Amino acid sequence: MTLKVLIVDDSKLARMAIIKALDSVHPELAWLEASDADTALAVLQKDGADIALLDFNMPGKDGLALAAEMRKLVPQIRVAVISANRQAEVVARARATGASFLPKPVTAQALGEFLDDALAQRGTP
Amino acid sequence: MSATEASARLTELEHDALTELVNLGVSNAALGLREMVQEEVLLSVPNVSVVTREDAVTILRQGSASRLVAVHQRFEGAINGRALLIFPEAQSLELVRAVVGSELSLEDIMELEQEALAETGNILLNACLGTIANSLQRNLKISLPEVVHGDGRDLFSLAPQPWSSNGVLFIYINFAFEFRNVRGYLAMLLDLPSLVALKELLAEYILRVGGTSPSSSHA
Repeated sequence: MTLKVLIVDDSKLARMAIIKALDSVHPELAWLEASDADTALAVLQKDGADIALLDFNMPGKDGLALAAEMRKLVPQIRVAVISANRQAEVVARARATGASFLPKPVTAQALGEFLDDALAQRGTP
Repeated sequence: MSATEASARLTELEHDALTELVNLGVSNAALGLREMVQEEVLLSVPNVSVVTREDAVTILRQGSASRLVAVHQRFEGAINGRALLIFPEAQSLELVRAVVGSELSLEDIMELEQEALAETGNILLNACLGTIANSLQRNLKISLPEVVHGDGRDLFSLAPQPWSSNGVLFIYINFAFEFRNVRGYLAMLLDLPSLVALKELLAEYILRVGGTSPSSSHA
């Protein structure tokens, strides 16, 4: 079954950049996108997702709060929080929730390493 | 609306790209500031809008003290404008104390105030402008920092005025320290010809970063 990656960022350009990187490193993965937390939760409930890439700094609910709510719905979901804000405290908060941290702008290499790891843990290399 | 104003109007995606660039720039600036003060710098979601100078003054006045201090630097190159680090004058010494250390006496801190403000602003504004310029693949010449005191109107009326018409691009983002009573804004002002140039640079940036695939799902 094709695994699904849910991409959540209020910036359309940021989502386009992530999709471009995703297609270059794991073109076999399907992707869904949402521009805010509420839409993301609705998409997750309707379509499901195996991996989530969440922007940290969004209007309304931020990426960390969204990650916590996603885990309640899908406990096994793998999450990476994405932010240009690379302060130690932000990275630590992301990791404390069990999420990985990817700095913005997201490079294909960093995304590829996260996805390789996530797929290996699922036994889906 | 003049032809220049019309050609300077950003599309939704260009506006989005500019907001992302500001986010990248300010996040890099915050990383530098965090190293200087050794505590987290909290950032708001950036706000990017084309407004009149009067509107910019009003926005600045909301939720802010009337007496302000700003470090400002002009930038020139593919785009021309002015960047400002702004905060309430009453918090100026607290910012300096955060940067130079709490062990100094009040007299020492007051003596260092102008110099520390200028240097702090220089580091933050250069980090922000440098990130934006690099992302746009253009070079910007950045002037030395100057510290100015006054209200919002004073700060946006500095000579030489960087705009010839009343419309300016106003970008601001709130920042605050986690444990200290210091909060402020980073603001950027561009004139209309620069906005036209910026629009072209943003279109190039969008192509480079996002490719040409703005479709909405692939599941």
